[in-house]
Amino acid sequence: MDVAIVGIGIHPFGRTPGRSGLQQGAFAARQALSDAGVEWRDMQFGFGGSASAGSADALVNELGLTGLPFINVANGCATGGSAMISAYNAIKSGQYDIGIVVGFDKHDRGAFNADPRQMGIGEWYGESGLMLTTQFFAMKIQRYMDTHNISASTLAKVASKAFSNGAKNPNAWRREEIAEEEIASSTMISHPLTKFMFCAPGEGGAAMVLCRADHAHRYSDKPIYLKAATMRSRRYGSFEVFSPSQALQQVDGPTVDASRAAFELAGVGPEDIDVLQLQDTESGAEIMHMAENGFCEHGEQEALIQAGETRIGGRLPVNTDGGCIASGEPIGATGLRQIYETCLQLRGDAGPRQVPNTPKLGYTHVYGAPGVSAVTILQR
Amino acid sequence: MTNRTAIAEGLFTWPSDKPALLGSRCRECNIAEFPVKSSCPACGSQDVGVEQLPRRGKLWSWTIQGFMPKSPYNSGETPETFTPYGVGYVELPGAVCVEARLIENTPEQLSIGMEMELVIETLRYEQQGNEVVTFAFKAVE
Repeated sequence: MDVAIVGIGIHPFGRTPGRSGLQQGAFAARQALSDAGVEWRDMQFGFGGSASAGSADALVNELGLTGLPFINVANGCATGGSAMISAYNAIKSGQYDIGIVVGFDKHDRGAFNADPRQMGIGEWYGESGLMLTTQFFAMKIQRYMDTHNISASTLAKVASKAFSNGAKNPNAWRREEIAEEEIASSTMISHPLTKFMFCAPGEGGAAMVLCRADHAHRYSDKPIYLKAATMRSRRYGSFEVFSPSQALQQVDGPTVDASRAAFELAGVGPEDIDVLQLQDTESGAEIMHMAENGFCEHGEQEALIQAGETRIGGRLPVNTDGGCIASGEPIGATGLRQIYETCLQLRGDAGPRQVPNTPKLGYTHVYGAPGVSAVTILQR
Repeated sequence: MTNRTAIAEGLFTWPSDKPALLGSRCRECNIAEFPVKSSCPACGSQDVGVEQLPRRGKLWSWTIQGFMPKSPYNSGETPETFTPYGVGYVELPGAVCVEARLIENTPEQLSIGMEMELVIETLRYEQQGNEVVTFAFKAVE
């Protein structure tokens, strides 16, 4: 049984004082239900998650106590993707006909403040100043730039494209263009990455109603089919965040593994994808994830990005809604935001940021601590 | 004479005139890990031994921590007195690639592949003058 997305909803990303993370999730869920023309009581199951805005199953208190099985999903930055996989399997197995996935979050200002003990690392790691995701991303791209000749100007171009796309997205947090020069000369957070190259922890929510594909037209005249949803954790030898040590010999990371599995499941290749959303925790991540997901060879990003090919009108439009850099990073919501944007693009409803030539296949990818990745492939 | 205490037990030989990091090595697949773990990260075997890791190696990658981290960072500094510090991974030959603070803290002083050596540095002073030390790497001159 194939799986279709028939309702999509989003709560604007950014800062919404006076509305809890949970309420932002409920907002997105109501919008997704309305988009599919169904009621909360029609939902046969729910999967959802948030990293720091409470337990997703508390949503039933907001939306109605119908008795549905609602399972909390907590998988770091892959939370939304993992909720989607759970829903995919629930329908694919034939157990359910229709259900909902919801992701939301509301983080404090400033960099994420991880607790080493939760990751199974001694307190010395945090006390001595090594427990920062920003350092990991900086060291990964530092080495990547050295090995594959990526320039600092390309890092700035990625962020400037994100703000340019965000300016066309009413649900983005950062909706003003920022020039490449200003990005490059903003405060150096963790060399070679400056302040404007990083996403910031934020708030937001996103939700989808999914159903068995043969019922899709009951709910939507533009159903989007979920051709693949995969998730992988790291293997030994992959360079990951919060690693006091790593192997001397590197192997492919969870992104490569999840991506290959998704393409195999969907029966398509990277060359078939028309629009893609890649985890852009910062500029460097977007660059590396282009190659890790199979969309180019390592090092080819330099020419592609300098030529503007990852912009909305380019050959390989990446993060058309502004990505994490313009939307912020509410951990539980990001994966579903990417799917929301991809559905809009495939429906042809993305307005001023619509990718031209009626895209047919879309791709989403999240990556997060402590080394997990989730991928979906979506088809009109 | 102040009391110099290691930030954690079992991370490196201390007190010592020639301190070394302590790692574990799997007796089945020969994979080394830092800090010491009771099982192998590659194969899961619990048959692991503890050994001293090489004191020198090559810089694999680096960055500079430009702002003062939030708690649990505990260096005794304030945002006003904070000094940016280097962070890097150093490839210890035949063993493992270890993450550490670096003594060098400007881009001009750091490049991938440069030779580094282990040092013990002061992280903070506590009450009664007790000094907490941690491990770091610095460029070999």
